[in-house]
Amino acid sequence: MSSENSTLVKLNNAGFKQNDKWLVEGVSLTVEKGKIVTLIGPNGSGKSTTAKIALGIYKNIEGSVEKYTNKVGYVPQKISIDWTLPLRVYDFMLLTENIKDEAIDEALTLTGVIHLKNKNLGNLSGGEFQRVLIARAISKKPELLVLDEPVQGVDYTGEIALYELIKRISDTLNCGILLISHDLHTVMTATDHVVCLNGHVCCSGSPMDVAKNNEYKSLFGEQASQILSVYEHKHDHVHSDEGEIKKN
Amino acid sequence: MFDDFFIRALFAGIGIAFVTGPLGCFVVWRRLSYFGDTLAHSALLGVTMAYTLDLNIAISVFLISSVIALILIQLQKKTNLPGDALLGLLAHSSLAVGLVVIGFLTFIRFDIMGLLFGDILAVTTDDLLIIWTGGAVILLVLKLIWKPLFASTVNYELAEAEGLNPDRAKAIFTILMAAVIAISIKMVGLLLITGMLIIPAAMARNISDSPQKMVIFSIIGGLLSVVLGLYSSLEFNTPSGPSIIAASLVLFILSLFKIKQSIKLKN
Repeated sequence: MSSENSTLVKLNNAGFKQNDKWLVEGVSLTVEKGKIVTLIGPNGSGKSTTAKIALGIYKNIEGSVEKYTNKVGYVPQKISIDWTLPLRVYDFMLLTENIKDEAIDEALTLTGVIHLKNKNLGNLSGGEFQRVLIARAISKKPELLVLDEPVQGVDYTGEIALYELIKRISDTLNCGILLISHDLHTVMTATDHVVCLNGHVCCSGSPMDVAKNNEYKSLFGEQASQILSVYEHKHDHVHSDEGEIKKN
Repeated sequence: MFDDFFIRALFAGIGIAFVTGPLGCFVVWRRLSYFGDTLAHSALLGVTMAYTLDLNIAISVFLISSVIALILIQLQKKTNLPGDALLGLLAHSSLAVGLVVIGFLTFIRFDIMGLLFGDILAVTTDDLLIIWTGGAVILLVLKLIWKPLFASTVNYELAEAEGLNPDRAKAIFTILMAAVIAISIKMVGLLLITGMLIIPAAMARNISDSPQKMVIFSIIGGLLSVVLGLYSSLEFNTPSGPSIIAASLVLFILSLFKIKQSIKLKN
């Protein structure tokens, strides 16, 4: 029974059709507490759609979604905010839940954008905005985090630091994470379960299992399966969120 | 010092400004100004219904505006016409039908100008009661749906994903729009209600950097417009509704100087 209790969201053969065209179909996956599930796949393979099905944004879906939590943090892939709204980073942090100031400061510090707290949201760069989006999603201490390409537009060192942060959050908050990433390096190192999509589930399993799968190789090429070997070496230093080097 | 009707008008206007301030912000943020116009135009039908069935004007206008809003939502689902075309269709056809019905009701003398542009002389103590209790209810409901409504105004999918039920908030907001038009039609008139919603909010946008500030400035702007407009209408014997809107326009123009200053500071 304990495995039942740790389930946060469960998709059973779920799919979504728009204008008579399947965006994605037959997806079954489970996100559990403390686990990171990553969706990979080429453009148009239904990664974002799957995330939105899991979040309950789409109403008329095939199959079923069972959601066991209401404490959800979401970082969407695309977000269009209307600048007729006077909105500071601080206001944005309070968008869906009233969070204590300390929690806001903590989250903004973790993602390295505390200095932007009183800036207008419209004046941020793409990477800065992305960090604010992540901060907003984690500040409410969610049980389920859905991150759709969370580090797009973030510089390379920041990218690594943010992925490390995401991994840390999954451990410390014991929250389940549904991650969409095109960065196979991250997928292979920081993930418990990989689902490879291409309109349907091509293959799924542990990163190792997926990397060995033939369908995966045909989607991403031979090179992709060699990525694992890249991660055999060890780093002797880490980067903080601002990119400073800290020796291990 | 003042004639009694003027005090009544002043209190009616102040009550309305408290409600149109916050609602007007949402009208600006959600780009609903033409939607507001459509509901206001349909209010004429509501007024004629009130006269023929001997109903209270505010209640009758509220009912008709709500029905028009529901028809609009249905048309948006069932047709492929763009939203602004549907709004125009409903606005002008309901206005036209309202005027045609008035043509049939020859036994009642209508003050068309008063309906279109508002009439302070028409404000009674009963109207004051409706404005203040209705306004209080509208503000209370708006406060209750503020979080989901505001979150979905910023981003619908975020609000939906994080469990705020934005569709319900939007439906309730539509009803609030019908309600604010119902309580303010006598005062400002159906052609100018949208101005009362938009102009103070637009003025507030120019001088605000957060949503809360914009709501507060929008209320203050509305209150100032009512007071300035009504006093000048008394002084210069001008129609009340247009005087209030003209006053809010003056405030808007003044707020533009603040923008210029902040741009200069940035450079």
